Amino acid sequence: MAKIVVDGNEYEVNPNNNLLQECLSLGLDLPYFCWHPCMGSVGACRQCAVKQYRDENDEKGTIVMACMTPASDGARISIADEQAHDMRERVIESLMISHPHDCPVCEEGGECHLQDMTLMSGHNYRRYDKKKVTHHNQYLGPFISHEMNRCITCYRCVRFYDDYAGGTDLSAQASHHHTYFGRHEEGTLENEFSGNLVEVCPTGVFTDKVFSQAYTRKWDLQTAPSICTGCSAGCNITPGERYGSLRRVVNRYNSEVNGYFICDRGRFGWEYVNGEERVQSPAQVLDGDSKEMSDEEIDALFSKLADGEVIGIGSPRSSNESNYALRQLVGEANFYPGIADDEHAVNQLILKLHKDKAFHSPSVREIEQADAVFIIGEDITNTAPRIALAVRQSVRNKASELAEQNNIPVWQDAAVRELAQQERSPLFILSNAASRLDDVAQQTFIGSCAEQANFAFAVAEALEGGTPAGLTEQQQKLLLEAVEALSNAKRPLIISGSSNGSIEMVQAAANIARALSGDEPSHLALMLPEANTMGLELLVGPEQELGAALKRCASGEVPGMIVLETDLYRRAPTADVDNALARAETVVVLDQMRNATTAKATHVFPVTAFSEQESTYVNYESRAQLSFQVHQSATDARPGWKWLTNGDADINSIIKDCSDEAEGFGSLDGLVPRLTQFVAGLKIPRQSHRYSGRTAMIANRNVHEPKQPVDNESVMAFSMEGMPAMKDASILGSTWAPSWNSNQSISKFQEEVNGELKQGHTGTLLLAEKTESGVPFQASRGEDASTSDRLTLSLAFQIFGSEELSARSPAIQKRMTDAYVALAPADAARLEISHGDAVALNGGAVAVACIREKISEGSCVVHCGAQINPHDLAGAVSLTKTSESLPGKGLSGLIVSDLCEESY
Amino acid sequence: MYSLIKDTLLSQVVTLWGVFKKLFVKADTVEYPDQQPYMFPRWRGRIILSRDPDGEERCVACNLCAVACPVDCIALQKGEMEDGRWYPEFFRINFSRCIMCGFCEEACPTNAIQLTPDFEMAEYVRQDMVWEKEDLLISGCGKYHDYNFYRVAGKQISGKDKGEALNEAKPVNVRSLMP
Repeated sequence: MAKIVVDGNEYEVNPNNNLLQECLSLGLDLPYFCWHPCMGSVGACRQCAVKQYRDENDEKGTIVMACMTPASDGARISIADEQAHDMRERVIESLMISHPHDCPVCEEGGECHLQDMTLMSGHNYRRYDKKKVTHHNQYLGPFISHEMNRCITCYRCVRFYDDYAGGTDLSAQASHHHTYFGRHEEGTLENEFSGNLVEVCPTGVFTDKVFSQAYTRKWDLQTAPSICTGCSAGCNITPGERYGSLRRVVNRYNSEVNGYFICDRGRFGWEYVNGEERVQSPAQVLDGDSKEMSDEEIDALFSKLADGEVIGIGSPRSSNESNYALRQLVGEANFYPGIADDEHAVNQLILKLHKDKAFHSPSVREIEQADAVFIIGEDITNTAPRIALAVRQSVRNKASELAEQNNIPVWQDAAVRELAQQERSPLFILSNAASRLDDVAQQTFIGSCAEQANFAFAVAEALEGGTPAGLTEQQQKLLLEAVEALSNAKRPLIISGSSNGSIEMVQAAANIARALSGDEPSHLALMLPEANTMGLELLVGPEQELGAALKRCASGEVPGMIVLETDLYRRAPTADVDNALARAETVVVLDQMRNATTAKATHVFPVTAFSEQESTYVNYESRAQLSFQVHQSATDARPGWKWLTNGDADINSIIKDCSDEAEGFGSLDGLVPRLTQFVAGLKIPRQSHRYSGRTAMIANRNVHEPKQPVDNESVMAFSMEGMPAMKDASILGSTWAPSWNSNQSISKFQEEVNGELKQGHTGTLLLAEKTESGVPFQASRGEDASTSDRLTLSLAFQIFGSEELSARSPAIQKRMTDAYVALAPADAARLEISHGDAVALNGGAVAVACIREKISEGSCVVHCGAQINPHDLAGAVSLTKTSESLPGKGLSGLIVSDLCEESY
Repeated sequence: MYSLIKDTLLSQVVTLWGVFKKLFVKADTVEYPDQQPYMFPRWRGRIILSRDPDGEERCVACNLCAVACPVDCIALQKGEMEDGRWYPEFFRINFSRCIMCGFCEEACPTNAIQLTPDFEMAEYVRQDMVWEKEDLLISGCGKYHDYNFYRVAGKQISGKDKGEALNEAKPVNVRSLMP
């Protein structure tokens, strides 16, 4: 700890940081633009000027940039000093010379860091009377709007997009006061994290296009802390609602999980909530006619189901409460996961590994700190994008190491990058085709799932001191490189997952991690496909298989089934599902959206979307997190558990029950805040203190204003009244602090910059207790199923399109491709297929052919989306050209690095 | 006793005299509504939404009036015209709540909201005190004749490209290295 003096007051600070960061940690107001807590300092904007004094006798002092000055012991500075204040005012005056006077029609207005800083530094009048510099805007795709005139050239956008997220298609162009931030030509921003530009840009150059379509100022949004349901990373988000519809999603800070950034699937994949395709009301289908059900009929139906023996199918995208309620209703023996059998087996193995003493499942923050990463078969950019962003940061640990050796502070971003050049911490990727992380990987290995698993087993064997046989010379070289990097690393990390349903890959990953574990458990991150896959797997045993459930139904052994938020046609072979649904007398489906399964149900019930319910989810590291209800549903939807318990339970009691009864959920109840912990038992308002229009928003229907909706179950209120989040950050939806209207106000809620939120908790690890000590798995040499006319099949995932619900959002759909089958140029030539052709898989389902260089011969990678049921395809497929065409836009917009140029 | 009678009697006589004198003074009271009082142009009465000199809606749906309103009686929703202009899809004011404070007019950055001298808004049915944009929008500029937000602001709309707003230079060519 170092002591510094700011305006005569002494503070204790961390000498490894810069003055700006420490001033903000102390809660002092000091304007800044180009500095970002996650991206360090470059000293571009000159806004954080302070006066620094040599010692207590120095009265003159010198102006320094706080972000470029270390908070060294004994530093004496003044923020309030007149000269420093004057400099900040003059700097912002010059930054604003060409600002376009359009705040009323700017989406950033009201949450604009530039507005805040202008007020804070005191500038208010444009004295410069010459002409303003102007720029043309660019079309940047369906997510982001561009308004270049508002730019103040802080360089945050390119520093995030290029340096942090690894994007290649946004750059600073031109020079001097003509500097322009955009693409080389108009077109979609390709990076998966482009949406963060909206929050990173301190003004309105990059704004949320989807939000703008139904724009609402920040203060008018009803918000609550929520969890993203796009994948198993469990990012924290803040959805905002106005006039009964969801309007946007922004990042919510969680020091252990997503920090300041989320991916574009999470940010733009919510529109389905307002969609027309939502199930509207409970209905019974009789001879193809759907009839609304009365409350008595619903009661009768569920009591009949509760008495008889029915099958319940839980869902990896449902909350723990709904899955638990279904298990209670049908009994443990009749409760099955809505997960494909092969994936279920891998998930159960992952669950077992979580309890093993040799492994630790790292948080996103811990992933960022790894100094050697080995990825086996999981395309994390598309299955858990936030993890990919973290891995991309991990390769920079080499740069931090070099900086430390050279006495350069890590926050000196430009200097550290200059020093490190292309030096990176090792990253090895085994994949079925080129991945989006290849540009920072030390080595990649392309092969089928079996080949990857075999190679990974060989690495594990070599790490244990063995000499694996049967490798080619090239593989041998790669193996030695990987073994050396992993054994030299202090914090190695192995990543794999269950999305491809390959148990060998996860076993091999576990073997490598076990070989690396010493006294300390080694880091093993195993990704799961969906938001609550972990929660569902905790509720079922390994022997409960979906295939068995469908068989029981098809045999007529049980009269009915209750399907909770599962489209069975995405989870099992079409024929099996058809048989089961045709035989079952009663098929009750509870879901958010209409889909192939609801179309065959006898009873359909609408359930709430993620923003319409209070619920808990468990992410890939077994972190249970609570998501609050943001708004009321516009449909008759209720949470799944509410239908299943017949309205007997409330959210607190169901979480309590789940916590007490279900194994592994012991600490779930601790997530729920109690009213007694707040000042005077006041609830937390979901609406800001500036929420407008209360007495007019529904006055067209009735001028006599109804009472605000009462929320009896939650500690949050549908109201402006209560104790706002500034006093207790454990329930922090939207951030706001006096003088800080933008999202930069988050520093007021952190213990220190980049630290944990004050009072806030970051979730509970359900499987923190390690009970088992396992042994290495026997290397099972997988064999490829390919023959001369059949190619080995593995699955490709797309950030836009693979997740079921987000794929039904219009903005996401604009980025989606049709189902495609990727194959190697040699195979394509042999089968006489060219890029863009429609091909039939096994003579049935149609996909677009996509020829990629980095794919091994004899195998193909299929992206299914909602167009193909992957479970209808065997381990190998034959490809034949067909004249049928797909309804979408083919492959346009597909972003992969290895498309074959000549045929493209 | 004597003084008490003297005080009360005298007081009543003085009062009566005061009333008597007023019989010959011109009355302040007017025969409203037959006779209309003069209302000053800056009187804070019913609000209107004005149009710019080109006849387009001035309101850009920035929401500042709504947030300034102390009784929260204004609600609106932003929409966007094909030419890029922002406009209110609906603009609703609940006059049964309005206190005529004029904060909305002060907050309005485009001179769209203006308070008028009209105060005669009594209704038999309270629901009729809820006015929509169609009721509020007038066909003229109101008190401010010249102001057109889009001529000043740098926002591009069709018919007004970048560099054509007030005090703007032509857009720069980013491919050029010339100063």
